[in-house]
Amino acid sequence: MINKIVKSAADAVADIFDGAIIMIGGFGNAGTPIELIHALIDQGAKDLTVVSNNTGSGQVGLAALIAHKRVRKMICSFPRTANSTVFPDLYTKGEIELELVPQGTLAERIRAGGAGIPAFYTPTSVNTPLAEGKEKRTFDGLTCVMEYGIKADFSLVKCEAADRYGNLVYNKTARNFGPVMCTAADVTIVQTRKIVELGEIDPECVVTPGIFVKRLVEIPKPADEAKLVAEDRRYPWS
Amino acid sequence: MAQKVALDIPDGVYVNLGIGMPELVADYVPAGREVIYHTENGLLGMGPAPEVGKEDPELINAGKKSITSIKGACFFHHADSFTMIRGRHIDICVLGALQVSQTGDLANWSTGEPGAVPSVGGAMDLVAGVKTIFVITQHTTKEGKSKIVESCTYPLTGKAVVNCIYTNLAIIDVKPDGLFVREMAPGICFDDLQKVTEARLNRYEY
Repeated sequence: MINKIVKSAADAVADIFDGAIIMIGGFGNAGTPIELIHALIDQGAKDLTVVSNNTGSGQVGLAALIAHKRVRKMICSFPRTANSTVFPDLYTKGEIELELVPQGTLAERIRAGGAGIPAFYTPTSVNTPLAEGKEKRTFDGLTCVMEYGIKADFSLVKCEAADRYGNLVYNKTARNFGPVMCTAADVTIVQTRKIVELGEIDPECVVTPGIFVKRLVEIPKPADEAKLVAEDRRYPWS
Repeated sequence: MAQKVALDIPDGVYVNLGIGMPELVADYVPAGREVIYHTENGLLGMGPAPEVGKEDPELINAGKKSITSIKGACFFHHADSFTMIRGRHIDICVLGALQVSQTGDLANWSTGEPGAVPSVGGAMDLVAGVKTIFVITQHTTKEGKSKIVESCTYPLTGKAVVNCIYTNLAIIDVKPDGLFVREMAPGICFDDLQKVTEARLNRYEY
């Protein structure tokens, strides 16, 4: 029998090891798997490389993981957002590495990683500082840079509903990086607002096919990150 | 400025609006034109901001502000969203600028200062992939320096990518043979405009 449901967020992230590469879904506050990230903080893995569009906000979620010095390197497109001070402070002090990637190149590198494509060419970033040192080729007069696919040891993703096979549907713009990140990790861990019976998700409407998902944990009332930041909350809760 | 940009957005196109001033363009599109707004975090068919109290934290735009979706909208993931951008499916993108050069180079993501935290987002993908790039910006900086320059001193977002510049003083087309002033704000003459513009401006010959 296939049953990807685990009891708790702690169980879901228990085997994340020091030095792991972890993809974390979300764009701004929408779609961040905040309960999984908090479980990872409790679990203690360190020296992590995190692939995520932003660097979190306030002192919760990804920002809290970074504040606890668990992250060695961030691969992201937009580390400096409103309410984001943890990453900028550490970066300015030289205490965390940054690989800055254009947002579309980031999405495509993750997609490529998940699809078994080691590298690809794109015109994005040509003639800019982000193309320096990268292999270039010209196709029909269009100069492109080579970009590598990214694969991760783990992906942490949030969705709206899931069945025990791991078929997923998302909610509005909280979908963002989730579906591509699910494909690109050895172990994809998903927190879902609800677990539904097999067949309840119309097969025509499944967004992430279950084959890409390893573990599911039901978090019926996920925290609203923006609200926690507005209330100046810190994780671990004091 | 936003109103002038809106007048140049034809019926039936797909448009991506950058963060900040470009977001205002949607308020001025003339009645009778149907325009579909793309936001790169995964929505085609972005509607106006919701009423206060009706915000949904899982329905936001690229600037992380609360939005609504129109009837006929669709959601998709980031790789599909940037397939729309990088695959040249989006017709027009409106972006802000730090500097635009007289050959249409755009610098809008970093001042390159040491110690600054660089953030690029989707800007480089947009200028590389969208068919037409409009820039909306103040003509000069707060210190009075021209933002329309001979060549950009800030790190580039893309080379020769801008098609038209809309400022508080003028509308300037970027052509293969230089910058051409299409329209000036009331009370501004060509010589005044050239005085506050580092790049060389040209007049259309009618």
